[in-house]
Amino acid sequence: MTGGVRLARLAPPLTLLILLGPLAFGLAGTALPALGYLPDLGGTEFTTAHFSELAEVPGIWRSALLSVAIGLITTLVSLGAVAGFVASDLGTSGFARMRRMISPLLSVPHAAAAFGLAFLIAPSGMIMRLVSPWLTGLDRPPDLLIINDPLALSMMAGLIVKEIPFLFLVTLAALPQTRHLETMRLGRSLGYGRVASFTFLLWPPVYRQIRLAVFAVVAYATSVVDVALILGPHLPPTLPVRLIDWMNDPDLESRFLASAGAILQLGVTLAALIAWVGLERIGAFLVRQIRDNGRRWRRDMAVRALARSVMGGSAVIIFGGIAVLALWSVSGLWQFPDALPSSFTWKSWMQALPRMSGPLGTTLAVAGLSTLIALTLTILCLEREYETGRGRGGGALLLIYLPLIVPQISFMFGLQVLSIWLGVDASFSALVLAHLVFVLPYVFLSLSDPWRAHDRRHDLIAAGLGMSRTRTLVKIRLPMLTRAILTAAAVGFSVSVGQYLPTVLIGAGRLTTVTTEAVALAAGGNRRVIGVYAFMQTLLPFFAFAIATGLPGLVFRNRRGLRV
Amino acid sequence: MTMESVTEIEGLVLDGVRICLGDQMLVALDAQVRRGQILTVMGPSGSGKSTLLAYLGGFLDPAFSASGGVSVDGVDLTSLAAEKRHAGILFQDPLLFPHLSVVDNIAIAIPEGIRGRKQRRQLAQAALEDADLADFGDRDPDTLSGGQKARVALQRVLVSQPRILLLDEPFSKLDADLREQTRQLVFDRARRAGLPVVLVTHDEDDARAAGGQLHKVGQP
Repeated sequence: MTGGVRLARLAPPLTLLILLGPLAFGLAGTALPALGYLPDLGGTEFTTAHFSELAEVPGIWRSALLSVAIGLITTLVSLGAVAGFVASDLGTSGFARMRRMISPLLSVPHAAAAFGLAFLIAPSGMIMRLVSPWLTGLDRPPDLLIINDPLALSMMAGLIVKEIPFLFLVTLAALPQTRHLETMRLGRSLGYGRVASFTFLLWPPVYRQIRLAVFAVVAYATSVVDVALILGPHLPPTLPVRLIDWMNDPDLESRFLASAGAILQLGVTLAALIAWVGLERIGAFLVRQIRDNGRRWRRDMAVRALARSVMGGSAVIIFGGIAVLALWSVSGLWQFPDALPSSFTWKSWMQALPRMSGPLGTTLAVAGLSTLIALTLTILCLEREYETGRGRGGGALLLIYLPLIVPQISFMFGLQVLSIWLGVDASFSALVLAHLVFVLPYVFLSLSDPWRAHDRRHDLIAAGLGMSRTRTLVKIRLPMLTRAILTAAAVGFSVSVGQYLPTVLIGAGRLTTVTTEAVALAAGGNRRVIGVYAFMQTLLPFFAFAIATGLPGLVFRNRRGLRV
Repeated sequence: MTMESVTEIEGLVLDGVRICLGDQMLVALDAQVRRGQILTVMGPSGSGKSTLLAYLGGFLDPAFSASGGVSVDGVDLTSLAAEKRHAGILFQDPLLFPHLSVVDNIAIAIPEGIRGRKQRRQLAQAALEDADLADFGDRDPDTLSGGQKARVALQRVLVSQPRILLLDEPFSKLDADLREQTRQLVFDRARRAGLPVVLVTHDEDDARAAGGQLHKVGQP
């Protein structure tokens, strides 16, 4: 095919540059100071002294080990719940209900979900209020360490409720590639129970498809900062939180230590991923053993009930948490065992809004611009793929996932160093670029499936009518894919809104967003202000998705073929 | 027909089976299929003939409503969950499990009463030999030809020792010469295993080759 869309030729190399450039330069910018080289701070000689110093920091190995454990347990529980639920209910009406309930949860930022959970389970939280004093006899909050517990249980719970929607949607996207209905029927006609049919016959091909997304969950959970700041342990904190502390230390010498720590974080995430691959092997071996002895496992009600309750529970926790956030944001006096505030007021909003307008503007501008760039690049890349018929291999997919698998903190440190050196720190364009590294993969992953599934014959007919590729793209393909494009945009927008670490590091405290402001409030513990910010943080992606869902229906109200 | 007389009859008994979608009656069928016999249900696509198989297998979509008795050798199937019915199915596609080797595709169907990895594997291997595929055990199922896949799928359902065999247009995607051959093989094996067979098809040749009772649905 000659004379394709000209610009599309540039898109794939440009996309790779945007994805991998920051990754490569960022890692180098972290590794050099870690090895003692940072001329601006007087480090001109290579040394391993900072790693020795790191090894002596009290509790550092405990912090590192904790991060590995959090990564593995979070992934295991959320993946187990998702797989168990799909096995139990695939094809039932309950499945469709759960799908509608869980899908919107994907857009809730991690920090908002974490705050919501904290507001529910804290000693003075909603759950304790609902059972006090009639059940517990308490008229003041009990002296319990529920949030920030040293075993990181509340932190893992906060991560699990947010990773479940992600893994569920990824699994749903993988299912149509398999003959899942017939396969389940076949399994059951051979006498296997639902869970056994799914585990033996459907899960292996499905898991192969979602494996990179699972890796991304492992990596994210080992290196997350914002959720750890809100729910994670204090003494000692997880490794990423300690790194941020060192990075913000007024003593600039700490930057060397922080950089060495960021390299350790790379090792921690890698260790967790290797351990995960080990778990995969063990799991596959066990499944083979159990499969080969031919047992049918028909009585699986316990597994099914457990998976359903974890899935349903995660949805209830997020929805309930957001509701409590909203309630706090408009509450007046609200004393302990009362389940509801004794008065309502807009005071918290009135006080917060003037101060919030700056961060809100930055949030919208960064999210809007990074999403627009990501969308343009993705569309041109996919168009190029259509024209050349190349580029959908597993290698390309790995490259797209790479920024989601390498721990953010390990290359964002270096990017910050680099941005200061280039004099672009705290600049709007650098912030957009930093967000783009994470927005682009999600936009691409979200749009590529519907794009590839689009019936090619429409393009062929257009070509037969004498339309150029550019014209076909603009007049035929893009309008027909409006819904998918808007959904991808909403995904990109909400990813940008939720970004904490890149904003803190590249924004350098001078460019702030609703998310960084909300997380910064965690230490203060003013529930009304947290309620305002965290609820606002939830509202933005929600509006993005509402527009993505509503707009096509409005535009195409007279086109039955484009309805869902 | 009273319960006593039903229990004395060998084979599959469909007693007043009715399947509806809303107000529309799709299938109305009374039949007895003795062991080794074939009941052919013919109709155009969309006529609901496949819903009959879904009803017999226990997979009917909740959008449909169905009533009527289904029993095999006196055992009532309608009260059993799909996994307890032992209703073997062959679909249009062979649907070999892509992640399992050819021999494992068969081994997984062997009933759980047969214990021991070794014994199960020997049985699977014997089933492969029976289909002239003795050397194909370790192959990736995707590398087999269409006819070979169909034979593996047939052996898979046979080793599961089903009570009945449900055929959902299993020959329609095969080339003409292969179709005739596979059809004879399936009918032959089902007869040898003494299975009552329900065949759903829109192909007149299938019905003629089956030779048993013929029931038409969805015809004006």
